[in-house]
Amino acid sequence: MSTLLPDFAEMARALRAGKVSSRELTGDCLARIKRHDSTLNSFISVYPEQALAAADAADKAIASGSAGPLTGIPMAHKDIFCAEGTRTTVGSKMLDNFVAPYDSRVVSGLAAAGMVSVGKTNMDEFAMGSSNETSYFGPVKNPWDLQRSPGGSSGGSAAAVAAGLVPAATGTDTGGSIRQPAALTGLTGLKPTYGRVSRYGMVAFASSLDQAGTLTRSAADAALMLGAMAGFDERDSTCANVPVPDYSATLNDSLQGKTIGVPKEFFDDGLEAGCAQAVQDAIKQYQELGAVVKEVSLPNLAMSVPVYYIVAPAECSSNLSRFDGVRFGYRTESTGDLADMYTRTRSEAFGAEVKRRIMTGAYVLSAGYYDAYYLQAQKVRQLISDDLSHCFAEVDVIMGPTTPTPAFKLGEKMNDPVQMYLNDMYTIAANLAGLPAISIPCGFSQNLPVGLQLIGTQFAEGLLLNCAHQYQQATDWHLRTPVISGGAA
Amino acid sequence: MSWEVVIGLEVHAQLATKSKIFSGASTAFGAEPNTQACLVDLGYPGVLPVLNEQAVAMAVKFGVAIGAEITRRSVFARKNYFYPDLPKGYQISQFELPIVGKGQLTIKLEDGAEKVVGITRAHLEEDAGKSLHESFSDRTGIDLNRAGTPLLEIVSEPDMRSAKEAVAYMRKIHQIVRYLGVCDGNMQEGSFRCDANVSVRPMGQEELGTRTELKNINSFRFVERAINFEIQRQIDLIEDGGRVTQETRLYDPDKDETRSMRSKEEANDYRYFPDPDLLPVVIDDDFIAAIKAALPELPEARATRFAESFGLKSAQIETLVGDVDMAAYFEQVVGEGADPRLAANYVLGDLTGALNKDSLEIAVSKISAVDMAGLIKRVMDNTISGKIAKEVFEAMWNGEGGADAVIESKGLKQITDTGAIEAAVDQVIADNPQQVEEFKGGKEKVLGFFVGKVMQLTQGKANPGQVNKLLRDKLSV
Amino acid sequence: MPLSKQDIDHIALLARLEVAPQEKGDYVEKLSQIIELVEQLRAVDTTGVVPMAHPLDMVQRLRPDSVTETDQRDYLQQNARDTENGLYTVPKVIE
Ligand SMILES: [Mg+2]
Ligand SMILES: [Zn+2]
Repeated sequence: MSTLLPDFAEMARALRAGKVSSRELTGDCLARIKRHDSTLNSFISVYPEQALAAADAADKAIASGSAGPLTGIPMAHKDIFCAEGTRTTVGSKMLDNFVAPYDSRVVSGLAAAGMVSVGKTNMDEFAMGSSNETSYFGPVKNPWDLQRSPGGSSGGSAAAVAAGLVPAATGTDTGGSIRQPAALTGLTGLKPTYGRVSRYGMVAFASSLDQAGTLTRSAADAALMLGAMAGFDERDSTCANVPVPDYSATLNDSLQGKTIGVPKEFFDDGLEAGCAQAVQDAIKQYQELGAVVKEVSLPNLAMSVPVYYIVAPAECSSNLSRFDGVRFGYRTESTGDLADMYTRTRSEAFGAEVKRRIMTGAYVLSAGYYDAYYLQAQKVRQLISDDLSHCFAEVDVIMGPTTPTPAFKLGEKMNDPVQMYLNDMYTIAANLAGLPAISIPCGFSQNLPVGLQLIGTQFAEGLLLNCAHQYQQATDWHLRTPVISGGAA
Repeated sequence: MSWEVVIGLEVHAQLATKSKIFSGASTAFGAEPNTQACLVDLGYPGVLPVLNEQAVAMAVKFGVAIGAEITRRSVFARKNYFYPDLPKGYQISQFELPIVGKGQLTIKLEDGAEKVVGITRAHLEEDAGKSLHESFSDRTGIDLNRAGTPLLEIVSEPDMRSAKEAVAYMRKIHQIVRYLGVCDGNMQEGSFRCDANVSVRPMGQEELGTRTELKNINSFRFVERAINFEIQRQIDLIEDGGRVTQETRLYDPDKDETRSMRSKEEANDYRYFPDPDLLPVVIDDDFIAAIKAALPELPEARATRFAESFGLKSAQIETLVGDVDMAAYFEQVVGEGADPRLAANYVLGDLTGALNKDSLEIAVSKISAVDMAGLIKRVMDNTISGKIAKEVFEAMWNGEGGADAVIESKGLKQITDTGAIEAAVDQVIADNPQQVEEFKGGKEKVLGFFVGKVMQLTQGKANPGQVNKLLRDKLSV
Repeated sequence: MPLSKQDIDHIALLARLEVAPQEKGDYVEKLSQIIELVEQLRAVDTTGVVPMAHPLDMVQRLRPDSVTETDQRDYLQQNARDTENGLYTVPKVIE
């Protein structure tokens, strides 16, 4: 019988009442990782000793009365966040041997709040992928169906939380990398406003799109975690100096009179019928909660994937130039001249998808192509952002599906990058415009979880979490857990 | 055929900040390799740049000083290329929207004529590290202490028509950045260096010839020599029926020649794009007003003031004002009570000679301005003669103390006691009857002989004015 | 517009990546598909639209000019494959 309790609030109560210790919760997570992770492959690194030491410290804090709402609760970090003294691989052979010499803001923030990190989760290489199949450490399996992908790039975090190996995990979302895996594994996945959470110490994929967020069971848990992650950080020029509200305090606000915009472009031919049904039902549920639904339009939505596949590769081609074998990371064994050293180092250590994106980025920025590709993409990015602003002039929240289909089979899209990219067509717009968005479980199709996506205006995380929480008070989709073959969940 | 030379310069001035442009690492020169290269300078995964306020202020200061446009919303861009001393694989620079826009500068040519040189722009960027090719036989060593040091790259229009004009322009920029205190101007340490774009075209032709870029020249002398070599190389090439190829060339001062830099050629498609880690730099009226209000006196204003207050010759003023430290030194000497003309003579004469001999900058002169004033004051109050002053200067330069101490210890105090001088005069007259006759016979020149003898007798310490007067009085009897 | 093998060679050089001869066909095909996808943007009328470089309407914050970093050379060089006498080392560069 698992000691894992349904949410942070109950864990905190049990910890404070002395019914369970952080050491027990953490030990239980480590045991479940040991039992199931050879099947799931959701972790790249696990740190039992460090985790138990942190748990003991948390138990002391609880005993002394200095504990906060997150103290002693185990979790895992996507292996994109630097944590001092531990290996940070970003899912790549390039950083297989890289020991981070410093803590990211996300790692230090959650540690300061008392959370206990048990290890680092698997991910698509450098966060480039939507299926977790580009990881150097192998694909992750979806606990709902081991033949299927948990999504990506935060696939390890999603699978680990969905399988109950940890109660929560961090993720990053550049084009849907938190929301899509959350949808495909039945979790609550929050991508905050660009600039809400410092990017300091988070290995960059596409700097103008990347944002750290959470994978949890519930919106209430996400509210607590975001509170510890968010806030101004002088080490990140793009981090917003905007006060962090108490996200938990507004969870129970009424939705009476709130307006929900449903973009008609979200319900196109590409949307699988079961997903469409679950999403429509969820929107009806919101009407029962007092919200008003309006149809809105995002006329340039179809352009969001093409814009993304210029902007993100352009930024990544430059961001990944620092991996040259000189100061850190992999270096080729072959002896040649300098050009040879660079080329071999990078060719031997980057996987195929990363190379494709770097090359795409170099191409769209290169002499003669910049205006036609990169500059045009920036202009269309503005049009998409304007479309969203127009919608928000009329509505409080935009809702629709997170993904066009439920979890797809591993290997199904690996040889067709464009089909893989189109998987993110509902999630990318929020990244382009820097808006907060959340995916919450809203039903099943083909016995697989379906995600409902909510998008808000900049810094409206409080409202999104409130909407998500109210839905989760009225439904129980977020409490459904998979049965993993080979061990009871 | 006669050829016209077209030169444009890109001057890199290292800004005199304490910390780097995007990190809190020190910019101090001369540290052990890689001890001033922090996570940001090393391009570690996950770390981010944050802009140094002083770098921005210094760039604006330069722009304001030359009356250039200040870009109210400037943007940092990435210049992408691979090189081992460029840790991130891109240099953070400014491309489309530099912080300083168009401006101009008036330079003075050797014949005294003035010429206006257009400034295209000046932008902020980070410096690269250093590749050390000599440290190991089989490998190149990389020191990243310099990586991330703030630079202001000042780009001129192709307005210069000779190597001499290029040098005059470079000196002018050097003078201004030093006056503003935004760059120490130290060329040996690489704080001030330039790239020269050089081309030639047949006289009268409108269209520009193909240019070459001469990289990283770090002395005024080398700029002139490098450009002149390159001009001749290009003319010879064209006259022999060849064509100039657009390329980057390196000046080798030992061989006095330029040669193609193959390493920089292979892929100069820099794929500039706005750096997504940095936001637009917005400069408001208050920022500019504060910088304007605190702008130091510039060379032209100082020259005018020197002319008005000190009555010096214009050539003297030009040299004194030419270097900010020399002008400050001179002013301090005068401020301590020294006569301005004497001060100018000493600073431009003995002091400059001694500095040159020991290859020292005036900022580290072995005689302080206060001590220099002390020496001049002893000349002014007749304690020593100008001739003895040279001896005192020498001793002071060699660290034997201030003027008074040297005069005291060497017994160089001028004899002004009339009795003592009179005794010497009397003795010289008594010893040289033949010359006395000659003088009385109208041979005025002999007076110099007597003065010399008296000075010899008093070991140069007699006041020359008094000696003259006494001799005349006594010989006229 | 499909990419050519020469395009692949050029961008591979810019990106310091090596494409083995037997992989080249696959790169040509997949990158051409991606370029075809992004070429849809050409059809969008963007007359008068200001390019969006950044999602946040914020300006650059300035940091006070003070030295806040201390020497961590030995610690940081543990991550490097080849160092000597405090220098990072690479194959000989000839200029
Ligand atoms: Mg330049
Ligand atoms: Zn430059």
